[in-house]
Formats: sequence, structure tokens, C-alpha cells
Amino acid sequence: MSDLLIDNSKLVETDSTPTRRAFVAAAAAAGLCYAGALAYPIYRYLASPAEMAADQVAVTEVTLKGANAMPAGAALMFKFGSSPAMLIHGADDSWVAFSAVCTHLGCTVQFEPQMNRIHCACHGGVYDPHTGRNVSGPPPRPLKAYKVAVAADSVVVSRA
Amino acid sequence: MAGSIYNWVDERVGLTEAIAFARHKRVPAHAQSFWYYWGGISLFLFLVQIFTGILLLVYYRPGAEAFESVRQITYVMHFGWLIRSAHSWSANLFIFSVIVHMFSVYFMKAYRRPREIGWLTGIALLFLGALFGFSGYLLPMDELSYFATKVGLQIPASLPLLGPFTATILRGGPDVSEFTVQRFFALHVVILPLLFLPLLGLHLWLVQKHGNALPPSELAKPEPTRKSIPFFPNFFQKDLAMWLISLNVLALLASVFPWDLGKQADALSPAPAGIHPEWYFMAPFHMLKILGNWLPGASGEVVGILLFTVGLILWVFIPLYDAQNKIGHRGRIAHYFGIFAVTALILTTALGYWGIR
Repeated sequence: MSDLLIDNSKLVETDSTPTRRAFVAAAAAAGLCYAGALAYPIYRYLASPAEMAADQVAVTEVTLKGANAMPAGAALMFKFGSSPAMLIHGADDSWVAFSAVCTHLGCTVQFEPQMNRIHCACHGGVYDPHTGRNVSGPPPRPLKAYKVAVAADSVVVSRA
Repeated sequence: MAGSIYNWVDERVGLTEAIAFARHKRVPAHAQSFWYYWGGISLFLFLVQIFTGILLLVYYRPGAEAFESVRQITYVMHFGWLIRSAHSWSANLFIFSVIVHMFSVYFMKAYRRPREIGWLTGIALLFLGALFGFSGYLLPMDELSYFATKVGLQIPASLPLLGPFTATILRGGPDVSEFTVQRFFALHVVILPLLFLPLLGLHLWLVQKHGNALPPSELAKPEPTRKSIPFFPNFFQKDLAMWLISLNVLALLASVFPWDLGKQADALSPAPAGIHPEWYFMAPFHMLKILGNWLPGASGEVVGILLFTVGLILWVFIPLYDAQNKIGHRGRIAHYFGIFAVTALILTTALGYWGIR
């Protein structure tokens, strides 16, 4: 360090000599440019799947070919955009569709026809299979419901 | 505030001692000082390899899906092409700077007592670096990497006795397949790093312990007339400047000449025209070819490998028979051997490229 100090003392400050402060500022700015040039591609690279999923969220309608032939009392799991969803053909011939993501901590729920309920195995949350209402256990909200339209050769599920 | 944090840490880990040690350390300054930077440049490029390698690991899938995942990295993920390109370019620059480092150590006679283990660990690191290159080359599983690995594994396969067995085990079967990719992947990201990192630690510690070696021309000068500069901050700043230059060169190469991804490997399609080994394998390949052509019969290749091995052993164990710190007869022979090695490497590499022109 002492070598550097001696060197500096020999310098004569003129208008064209950058001050130490200006030099440090320039070096810091250059360093920030490098950090940014490295961080931006890395961030975009790591965020790629999230961006692709965001495109899928734009999905407003899913057509399930042949799902109209599903027997009463059965359920079909499918993906609505990027998240799991379920189509239930009730024993009373009703058709409903819900998001299959538990509103408690995000596990995938399952339809249990013999118990007449939608159950989440993670923490024992229970939902009503007709309305998606949270019946018991920790879930704070009902399951998100979708609109269902049964066609001649398919079932069309769309955002409510 | 900053002072009290410093004191807290200093009391527990001894920062002041470390700084005092770094201040005390000096680096010789003379006409050949430029060559002292190449170890540091190699280290920087290795760090880049770890960093970009981890990023590639985020999306790479070994096994049957290998090609598809590299295609995804290259064409689907944002800036994936840049990260892959940086990894490939930095791998090549790493091998290059390690070779420069090795020859500068050789000609400065820096392998002599007490630095023999520094030389030997360095050679081992270069060997592991070549294995990193060979195993990494297969991972994209495109046409070039497929055939390069096929041909490369013929070398152990042509050795007598255990050769074919070793090649089959490395390959994971009679032919290069998804099993080969899977085990090369394990080699590339687990086994080789596990071997490389402790060796690198030992290598770097020995550099700290013994300091930079003086070339014979400097040793010939009386001690008071030799010049040196403090490591910290003077040499350290220059080291950092070299790292910055390396980063700039790498960024330029990786973005202006992005690394290619060929067609998916297919055992049924013929080898592409002009296929050749990576440049750092060109010289040994071509030497074997020349020796194989010179010597008659099918044994030519085996004799070629044996001759080549003898040369390699002479090279590796140079510190054991050129140990004297005087400019003597043996020292001169070692010097000529080094010049011969450089000439042979450059010549056979050039001939190899001339042949596939």
C-alpha cells in the first residue's frame, strides 16, 4: 500500500487528472455494468419455465374429448393451463369442475365417490363435491369452480 | 459499525494475520514475469466452468432425453445458448491456458526441488481436465459427440489384455448409448470434481508455501539485484486485470461464435464428413496415427501407444531426473526435450487439421 501512496503523492493534480473519487465512481459504475450484464441473462434463464407457465395461465377454455362418455360417479383429472383440475360426473348426473389445488397449502386433492367428498390427504381438508365448498379441516376457502358445458363428443371446461 | 464488525470477525478467524501474510508475500519481477499469470487465468476459467456448469445442470437431463434437453437449453430457455456457449468456450480456453501454464513451468524449470509435487499435481489436474473435456463432449448426444466418443473409446479398446474390458465398462455396453451418457454424466459432474477439487487445493497450497519459482536466468543473478513486487495489492491487482481480460475474451467468443448443436446422434446414420477430435486431442491422435503407419502390422498401434506412453512418462517425471538447480548437462537435455515436445504438439496438430481439410 505504501508504494501506491508514494506514487500518488508524485502526481500533480491538473484539470485532466481524474481525482481518486472520480476514479472510484467510474470503477464502481463499470462493476455495476458487469454485474448487470451477468445477472440479467442468468435471471431470464432461470425464470424461463415460470414465463412459459405464465403463458399457459392465459388459457380460458379446455376441451376434454370423449369426457362426455364418463360414467356417473366418476372423476377425471386434467390440466387447466398449468395447474391440475378435476371434472366430476356426479351420481345425480350433475357435471361440475373445480381446480384440484387445495386452498390450504396447495396439495392436489382427490374425489372420493364412496365418501361423497373431495379430500386432501396432506392435512385432511374436505370439500363438498357438488359445490367445492370447504366443509371441514384446515382449508380457508372453497375450491375454484369452472363452468362446464357437455357437448356431443366432449366436455368443455371454461373459466367461470 | 464497519470497524466493530471487522473486529468481531477478526477475533474469531484472524483476518489481520491473513492480511499481514498477504502483505509479506512477494512476487518476483523480471522479463518472464508474464508467465506467472497463467495459473491464475486457469483458475478463473475453472471457476467459470463450475458456475456455468451448475446453471446447465438446472435443465440438463442425462440418459435417453439428453439431446432433447440440450436442444431445449439452446433454443427454448432464454439465454440458454449463451450459458452453454460460455461453458464450451471456457472449457477450451481452460485447457489452452493450462497447457500454456504447463510449458511455462517447464521452461522456467519451476518443477525442481522443492516444487516437484506442484508439478505432479498440475499434470494430474491437466489429465483430469482432459477427462472433463472428453466426458463433457458426449453430454449433448449430437452426431459429433456420439462419433467422437465412439472413436475415443477405441484407444483403451485397442490396448492388450484389459483394454476391451475397460472400454466396455466405460461405455456401459458394446456401443455408445444412453447408458454411456448417463455414466459420463456422473463422471463429469460428480466423480471428476471430487478428484479435481482436493488436488487443486493441494496445488494452490503448494504455490502459497513455496512462492513463485525463479527461472534459471534470474537465479544466476546475485540475490540483491533481483527485483520483486508485493503480492497484495500490486500483483493481486494485475491478476484481477488478467481475470477481467479473460472474462471479456470469453464473453466475446461465447456471444459472437455461439457453440453449435448438431443433429441428434443416430447409430444408423453415417459419420458426418470432416469429423475430428477436439483440438487438444488432435496431437496425440495424430502421433498415434503416424506411429501406427510407420510400424508394420496390426501391432503398430500398440507399439505406437507404448512409445507415446514412454514419452509421457519422461515428461511427467522430469523433476526426478532434472533436479539440479545448476545449468548442467541434464538441464540442457530437458530443455531440448521441451522444445521437441512443443514442436511435436504444434506440428502434429497442424498435420491433423491439414489431413481433414
